[in-house]
Amino acid sequence: MIKGLAISTVWVLDQDRAKEFYTEKLGLEVRTDMTMGEGGMRWLTVGSPNQPDVELTLMVPGSPAMDPESAEMLRKLVAKGALGAGVLTTDDIHGDYKKLKDRGVEFLQEPQERPYGTEALFRDDSGNWFSFTQPREGGLDMDQDWTC
Amino acid sequence: MDKTRQIRLAKDAMDRDWADPGLDLDTVAAHAGYSRYHFIRAFKEAYGETPGQYLTHRRTERAEDLLRTANLSVTEICHLVGFSSVGTFSARFKAWTGLTPSEYRTKHVGRGAALIPGCYAMLWAGGFRSAPGAGIQRNSGEAG
Repeated sequence: MIKGLAISTVWVLDQDRAKEFYTEKLGLEVRTDMTMGEGGMRWLTVGSPNQPDVELTLMVPGSPAMDPESAEMLRKLVAKGALGAGVLTTDDIHGDYKKLKDRGVEFLQEPQERPYGTEALFRDDSGNWFSFTQPREGGLDMDQDWTC
Repeated sequence: MDKTRQIRLAKDAMDRDWADPGLDLDTVAAHAGYSRYHFIRAFKEAYGETPGQYLTHRRTERAEDLLRTANLSVTEICHLVGFSSVGTFSARFKAWTGLTPSEYRTKHVGRGAALIPGCYAMLWAGGFRSAPGAGIQRNSGEAG
């Protein structure tokens, strides 16, 4: 049976810049950074120090994974900001929001109360958006009159 | 790619600051570093509608959300989402949804989207749909 999620792909426009963004701005750690063969594909993964069994692979659209036309479409979608890359969690949303913002992370929404926790939205340097959420203790709160 | 990114920054500013009634075309275009004329053209090319249409849709969609879930008057909601005149708000709202704000509220009361993470709700309501009656074309067509 399926045991869990180990690796998920995030399409980025430049692996060097993405590596810098995900480590220096978001505070994730590099798990692997290797190039397969001379001029081959670069396998770059990052993850949270708190979660050793889950990582993101930062891939650039293009050969050998896809043809030039598909790569161009995907690059455009990322740059347009059409793609979401997932939800990252924290135990200190207000502190981390400020910390990340001071480091130059571009936020689309400041922390807001939601039934499932407190949530902010930001983009990575390529254009992918992430939800940044501190889950609500005790689970969902459906007693309040939620406005959004 | 830089050009697309610049345009995106302007769209992000509208997604972030839609509630600000002072958010006008010049302010938004400045985020992209474009002149007004080039900005409107480039934005429409990327997102399928003009910046003004996009902001109106964003505000209308936020108003739909508030009408479904919040115990506020139509006038209060009008100002909360960044419209300065109730007349303009009602007209734009009706053009977009086919209903006046009050009719919309009566029809949809109690149907909030609060359980869907905000980012997904935003994407669902975001920049890739056209006005009702404008056919099924949902974006500029450049991706397909």
